[in-house]
Amino acid sequence: MGKALGVVTAVIGLVSAYFFVAHTWWLPVDISTTGPAIDRQFNETMIEAGILFLAAQLLLGLFCWQYGDKPGRKIKHWPGGPKPVVAFGIIIVGLEILALSLFGAKAWGAIYLTPVASNALHIDVQAEQFAFFFRYPGPDGQFGKIHPELMSDDNGDYFGIDPANDVAARDDIMVGTLTIPVNKPILLTLHSKDMIHDFYVPELRIQQDILPGLVIPIHFTATKTGRWEIVCTQLCGLGHYSMRAFLEVLPQDQFDDWLKQQSGD
Amino acid sequence: MESDFHSKGKDIEVSESGAGAHAVIMEASPFGLQSKKLAIWLFIASDAVTFGVLLFGYSYLRLGSLDWSYPFKGASILNGFIMTVILLTSSLTMLAAVIAAKHDDKRRCLRWIGFTILLGTIFAVLHLREWFHMFGEGWAIYKNPLGGSPVFAAGFFGITGLHLLHVISGVIALSILAIRYNNGVLDKNHVETTSLYWHFVDLVWMFVFPIMYLMNAAR
Amino acid sequence: MHDAQPAVHHHTAPEGFIAKYVFSVDHKVIGLQYYGLALLAVFIGMVLSWLMRLHLGWGSLAIPGLHLLSRNGAPGNIMTPEYYLSLMTMHGTIMVFFVLTNAPLAGFGNYFLPIQVGAADMAFPRMNMMSFWVTFAAFITLMLSFFVGDGPPLSGWTAYATLSSVGGASGPGEATGQTFWAIAIALFCVGQLLGSLNFITTTLDLRAKGMTLARMPLTTWAWFITACIGLLAFADLLPACILLILDRSFGTSFFNPAGMVLNGQVTKYSGGSPLLWQHLFWFFGHPEVYIAIIPSFGIVSHILTVGARKPLLGGTRVMTGCILAAAFLSYMVWGHHMFLSGLNPFSAILFSVPTLIITIPFTVGVLMLIGTVYGAKLRFNTATLFSLGFISVFVSGGISGFFLAQPSIDIYLHATYFVVAHFHFVMAVASIFGIFAGTYFWMPKMIGRMMNETLGKVHFWLTFIGVYCIFMPMHYLGLAGNVRRYAAFTDNFLVPLIPVHKFITVAALATGAVQFIFLWNLFHTRFWGPKAPDNPWDATSLEWSTTSPPPFDNFGGRQLVVNHDAYQYGVEGPKDYIMQTDPAEAAGD
Repeated sequence: MGKALGVVTAVIGLVSAYFFVAHTWWLPVDISTTGPAIDRQFNETMIEAGILFLAAQLLLGLFCWQYGDKPGRKIKHWPGGPKPVVAFGIIIVGLEILALSLFGAKAWGAIYLTPVASNALHIDVQAEQFAFFFRYPGPDGQFGKIHPELMSDDNGDYFGIDPANDVAARDDIMVGTLTIPVNKPILLTLHSKDMIHDFYVPELRIQQDILPGLVIPIHFTATKTGRWEIVCTQLCGLGHYSMRAFLEVLPQDQFDDWLKQQSGD
Repeated sequence: MESDFHSKGKDIEVSESGAGAHAVIMEASPFGLQSKKLAIWLFIASDAVTFGVLLFGYSYLRLGSLDWSYPFKGASILNGFIMTVILLTSSLTMLAAVIAAKHDDKRRCLRWIGFTILLGTIFAVLHLREWFHMFGEGWAIYKNPLGGSPVFAAGFFGITGLHLLHVISGVIALSILAIRYNNGVLDKNHVETTSLYWHFVDLVWMFVFPIMYLMNAAR
Repeated sequence: MHDAQPAVHHHTAPEGFIAKYVFSVDHKVIGLQYYGLALLAVFIGMVLSWLMRLHLGWGSLAIPGLHLLSRNGAPGNIMTPEYYLSLMTMHGTIMVFFVLTNAPLAGFGNYFLPIQVGAADMAFPRMNMMSFWVTFAAFITLMLSFFVGDGPPLSGWTAYATLSSVGGASGPGEATGQTFWAIAIALFCVGQLLGSLNFITTTLDLRAKGMTLARMPLTTWAWFITACIGLLAFADLLPACILLILDRSFGTSFFNPAGMVLNGQVTKYSGGSPLLWQHLFWFFGHPEVYIAIIPSFGIVSHILTVGARKPLLGGTRVMTGCILAAAFLSYMVWGHHMFLSGLNPFSAILFSVPTLIITIPFTVGVLMLIGTVYGAKLRFNTATLFSLGFISVFVSGGISGFFLAQPSIDIYLHATYFVVAHFHFVMAVASIFGIFAGTYFWMPKMIGRMMNETLGKVHFWLTFIGVYCIFMPMHYLGLAGNVRRYAAFTDNFLVPLIPVHKFITVAALATGAVQFIFLWNLFHTRFWGPKAPDNPWDATSLEWSTTSPPPFDNFGGRQLVVNHDAYQYGVEGPKDYIMQTDPAEAAGD
């Protein structure tokens, strides 16, 4: 039985590790400037975790194989007793987490603790049950004020702006697809009108909860053109699984054309 | 009839009640406390967390509030002071009860318990009087008639309400204690254990009063 | 607490069915009642997970009879997305509270803590009985949410505001169902608090002569430390649930901010914060998951020494130190569930430090276990097999935590199946393995009959392989960005992953079916199992020095004297162990 357990544990460890190493299912392409640091952190952690995982499973398997109860066998104690093992655990794990913390803090800080560039394109994002809407400030560069009492899905006033009385609101552009130019800093201000939602684009390596009552800024720069999905990852009700929008990254000139077109409408 | 055991030194003897009673030697309790007293301390610890959580939540929301209210004028603050003095005095009377019980002076102990019950009841009456006065002015747990943050109302009635519940439970417990101590069903240890709960309720008030009243005094 | 009865020690056994088996104050009966409740709960929770997995693999499947479980949730027996979320909420709530907090702690702990310290009962037997029935009432209240209003809540076991705090406007099940949920959980907190009082007082006050704290077995230490954690953690969840009820039913705004628009109307709430709910919930929630794992950790450590015939590497001292360190740190890490919640970004770095540090005591603990297996003389009975399996699955679960503890990586992995894999491995698998190990180990003592070892081994092998087939692929899904709590996978990047989900579903159904072998084994043992000797495993702790099952007052009224700790294994002499009650001069001391 011990031998069987040893073999099965080892096989489980190796098969599990295989799919990680082979990248059978893996992170999608990274399209952001802050993504590489995260991916590096990820890979480093994967290597360290993988070594620990395999070592533990294989060692466990080996010991199960070797140390079944046999007549005449005497028990053996771990050479050196617990102290070297405890020291090993504290020191090795301690060093690992120290290193990961330091580098990880840098990767985190690049996204969250770095001020947004002054030339960032500011887009306002509204999340609600069960859709995302995006608002551009228009040629005047200013967003109209939001009035919750004016919000209506029926007449399309998702942001509750008041163009009749609010000059800044008159040229605001509202769309259902987040269209941005490539290689330009983008500032999103996220707000929700009902539940907690979340803005997640796996390729951007960006994820942020959106809370009612708060306006949460997040900024990034996309490095590749293309079309990707934005999905909600915070349980928000029955339509949570279908709450999705698209991120469209265009070359700068195409984006300018698109924006001009939107303003003309 | 022994209802509990005390620890003196390394080994302790326990006398059992009922048929087949015999002594059993056990390990001493590390805190030298009898079980019911230890249990009350543990309960107090958990209840302190409960009140702490509510006060934390209240503070968290207050710090983030843009439209806080400061409704308590002189009369309310004075009322609060009187309530505080009453509760503090009731702790003193409770202490006197415990001391009397320790000296096995049952009559004196019961008298002091009686004073504590009286003071606790007066506290509750004053508290409810103030509440109903506020209801009359349009306050409710969900409503702030001054137009400021409704969290003020929710926090105020919620926290003082929970405290009031503890005071009333304490008064009831003390009444039961008095009756049964008189009958000999409960003993001086129970008097002490109950007093710990009462002191705790008083201690909580010493946080609730400054946070809920003084810091919301009209400016 | 103001009763006339003595605190402990009834010398006359109770008469009559009700006093003996229903409203019993005997900790052994209460322990079995908790275990039975957990058993009922785990099968209900498992069936819910089957329904969920079937829907995820085959979304348009009509599941026969589903409409009976919910009037609105499954028209034509096809699960609606909201019903999926309701089942998910109930699955999580039932499993975390009524299985993982019940069985290893309240079940085994109630039964064996007094015996292992040498007491005749818990310190407060009547309060013990009350704590079970309050827990039972909580369970009934929770189950009732299936049948009230428009069904159970759909906000997850985490019940985040504002989804949970505005009543029916946020979705089906959020009206009456969520209120029943909050009341049930509040009741559960009360039951646990009462239980904690008993555990702590009994451990400190009712130890037999010679049973110093240092000689207590690891299981007792684990239950004691868990009870201490629970005392403070449940004292936090109780007011949180009450505030939730106030927001939902009394119009307060603890968790609801101003400016929300629901059903086209601006709500009247103002001043509240959804983050406050998260703080309050996770300040409970993180210690709670340690409450779920520490008893199993203690049980497995204890059983491993018996199966390995050698003392634990580092002895009680190191392992208890690890558990204590983890318990202490558990109160400092709650924010790692909130890295992306909208808190000040500095707080993420702050919270990640103690979170990563917690890996140290758990790593040392696992190393102690592996180091104990080295040089052992393993007896591969089912209890030992599950204990060894525990080490494997706990490593798997712990390693994934390593990723999630880092905020920069959590940006990608948050709310994906990677998280689902992590917590299922440590809770649903490792903790359950501890419960299984404890069952096979202690059932002979509890009901006086030996369980069938062949069935047990089949149960172990199929379950061990099965759980890896279910939960290891979830890591891969998470790496691909598969979002969790989705009722269906319709996004472009998720559709290619559906075959993996189908594989997981098949594995889940198969592994679930295997659990009926366990159930049959329990049933068969109860009525037809061979009689169990006092000490079938050659173990040392006090429960093995009394009969199987123990008499009413555990030790027949004799004076116990403890001379040894619980881990005298591998000693020289005719028998390779020394029982705790053996004379002091016994060999090897």
